[in-house]
Amino acid sequence: MTDLVPRLSLRGITKSFPGVLANDNVSFEVKPGEIHALLGENGAGKSTLVKMIYGIMQPDAGEIRWNGQAVVVPNPKAARKLGVGMVFQHFSLFEALTVFENIALGLDAKVPQRELEAKIKAVMDQYGLRLDPQRIVADLSVGERQRIEIVRALLLNPTLLIMDEPTSVLTPQEVEQLFVVLRQLASEGCSILYISHKLHEIKALCDTATILRGGKLVDTCDPKVETSRSMAEKMIGGNLKSISKPEGRSFGAEKFTVSRLSMAGVGHFGVALKDVNFAVRAGEIFGIAGVAGNGQNALLLALSGEEIAGGASIIAIGGQGIGGLSAKQRRLKGLASVPEERNGHAAVPDFTLSDNSVLTARDRLGLAVSGLIRPNAAKKYTRDVISAFAVKATGSEAMAGSLSGGNLQKYIMGREILQRPEVLVVSQPTWGVDAGAAAAIHQALVDLAAAGSAIVVISQDLDELLSLCDTLAVINEGRLSKSMPVAGVNIEEVGLLMGGIHGETGAPHAA
Amino acid sequence: MSPEFIVAIVAAIVLVATPILLAGLGELVVEKSGVLNLGVEGMMLIGAVTGFAATATWGNPYLGVIAAAVAGAAASMIFGFLTLTLSANQVATGLALTIFGGGFSALAGKPFLGKTVPAFVQLFPDALALHPIWRVVFGYSPVVYFSLFMCVAIAWFLKRTRAGLILRAVGENDQSAHAIGYSVIGVRYMAVAFGGAMAGIAGSMFSMVMTPIWAEGLTAGRGWIALALVVFASWRPFRLLAGAYVFGAVMTLEVHAKAAGGIFSALPPEMWAALPYLATLLVLVLISLRRSAASSAPACLGRPFIPTA
Repeated sequence: MTDLVPRLSLRGITKSFPGVLANDNVSFEVKPGEIHALLGENGAGKSTLVKMIYGIMQPDAGEIRWNGQAVVVPNPKAARKLGVGMVFQHFSLFEALTVFENIALGLDAKVPQRELEAKIKAVMDQYGLRLDPQRIVADLSVGERQRIEIVRALLLNPTLLIMDEPTSVLTPQEVEQLFVVLRQLASEGCSILYISHKLHEIKALCDTATILRGGKLVDTCDPKVETSRSMAEKMIGGNLKSISKPEGRSFGAEKFTVSRLSMAGVGHFGVALKDVNFAVRAGEIFGIAGVAGNGQNALLLALSGEEIAGGASIIAIGGQGIGGLSAKQRRLKGLASVPEERNGHAAVPDFTLSDNSVLTARDRLGLAVSGLIRPNAAKKYTRDVISAFAVKATGSEAMAGSLSGGNLQKYIMGREILQRPEVLVVSQPTWGVDAGAAAAIHQALVDLAAAGSAIVVISQDLDELLSLCDTLAVINEGRLSKSMPVAGVNIEEVGLLMGGIHGETGAPHAA
Repeated sequence: MSPEFIVAIVAAIVLVATPILLAGLGELVVEKSGVLNLGVEGMMLIGAVTGFAATATWGNPYLGVIAAAVAGAAASMIFGFLTLTLSANQVATGLALTIFGGGFSALAGKPFLGKTVPAFVQLFPDALALHPIWRVVFGYSPVVYFSLFMCVAIAWFLKRTRAGLILRAVGENDQSAHAIGYSVIGVRYMAVAFGGAMAGIAGSMFSMVMTPIWAEGLTAGRGWIALALVVFASWRPFRLLAGAYVFGAVMTLEVHAKAAGGIFSALPPEMWAALPYLATLLVLVLISLRRSAASSAPACLGRPFIPTA
């Protein structure tokens, strides 16, 4: 009869932050052995909600019931004691420590080393999670890192496992392996709270879905019955806009070519680029897929001119070699770029938007003449960007850091696109951006391409690339695959390329 | 070279190396927890004057060392409160602590100028009576043996104990350690206090063992050398031990160079005096060129911890 008591029951959970109501009277239940999806856009309040279940935050109002008993979860330790395990979206791992040390840190009880090693091995064998405990985490792939988190959570024999966007960084094959583990866990009676906004995964995996929007519970439904579209519309609370792409577009001549680009890795654990070749035609959107940490950062830096990789001929715009030029000189030649990190790389958070406009548009648009800033021109340009891209900001003098992630990204994209660059290189254009803003950014990219620019999009979101790009290539360990037209692309093959030929499924180092 | 001369040279090296080692070990633990405390020199001076004053008052050098440790820890708590609780800039606060320590010790030491204090009693008089060469092994102040013990103990603590693992984790990724449920600020307070106590003991070496008198600024910048050595040792206790003794040898050379004559006296004495500091600079340059050492630095070193969740 205990099976009828929900494992976890939330009643009227409310949590507010200054200016935001993150959770507003949210109530739902998770049954034993159920895989329950928590669905919502960025900022819908999913993370806040699970942080309260895991004891990182406290609700302002409402009640958490655990196996029918009302409980207070003052900290993560107490949550683990109840039997709640959590795998974070951004792994809480220690790069310089070994796998074993990382797992030991996640345990509350002091377990002798030998006993712990045996336990880890037992869990790994039971769920087919292969890892070498003595390796340093910095050397591991993202999929392997996630396995550490899962092993760490499973060692505590949880009866509720919270997975926060677990697949956003995995290859399709790794996602399949993860699902096998999760289904096995659920069949053993462990409940799983699965946070995601990837609807096809939720349809494939989950028994129930709870949808949040703006902190409120919108619906609890059966994802097997719903369609992806119906769930997406509940999520964004309106009709889903799809990208309008003119059919049968033709491309011009090769506008942006990269040939034989090799470069040492940047930073301590940077991945080196090895003989990267590709060409983008006028009007074409060229996508570069790949799991994080496979050389995307180095590639962006090499293309933008922050790092000079070698001779002039390596990178060319319209046949003119620019490989030896600095970022500033490349901008003058018509190459604009948007790095992945918004705060501190693409924009200076403590500067106003108009100052940020001056930083990248000063030469092309004459916002600074003979060393002097023309403030009125900068303000006017910034206002143009704000209105053209529907950026929610108090005006051109708002601090960049005061904007939400999605709005700042819209501003940054707008700042580059309105300069009408010949070539635009962007990394993760919609990372952490809500669907409405993402659609606007995608449409702007398509329009820019239609006007004849060549565009390179580096992204870890394969769905984004497939819907946005004309041509696709995959980067793995600093090597770029051949280019494939998106229309005829085989997902299976892309997945294999993302994992590399020596994909870690059969890696010899795995114990 | 006579055995007596060798004994004298070795004793001099040990004497110079020990305070650097002690202060360096303390700072190593502090930096492993992700905190950069540049106030080592100031905490050493506070320890030096407190140790001297306590010994002069109570007549027991062991009480003096304990008092020095407590004073060093207390001084480090000023730094801790500002940087950990109030998230002040660690570099600026550390520099301020050094300046404060210099001024405070000068003021507090005024009544003790020109006085002397009782020294430590020899630990192993029987062994020393056998042959003067045993002085190389048994002839030192208890603080010297304490420093060697601490080196082994800290290496073991960091590598083998759970508390040491947590300390490294906090220095490596404070946000993750916080998310797992460890008290980042608490661990760092303890590390900073330990570093302060070690610096205090290191300082007391100067006023109680090396020259048993109090003089203003008698640590003469050795705290800075200890700081550089921690980087030089890439945060490893045994490398720190080796580094401290190498620097000790270089500094001893300075004293004995003039006496030795020959090529040694060809260089002006100022050059010898500058040698340890030049060596420090050289080592830091070499280290920054070497990639692996840079990456062995605790990832959160010097960054204030402000929880995101």
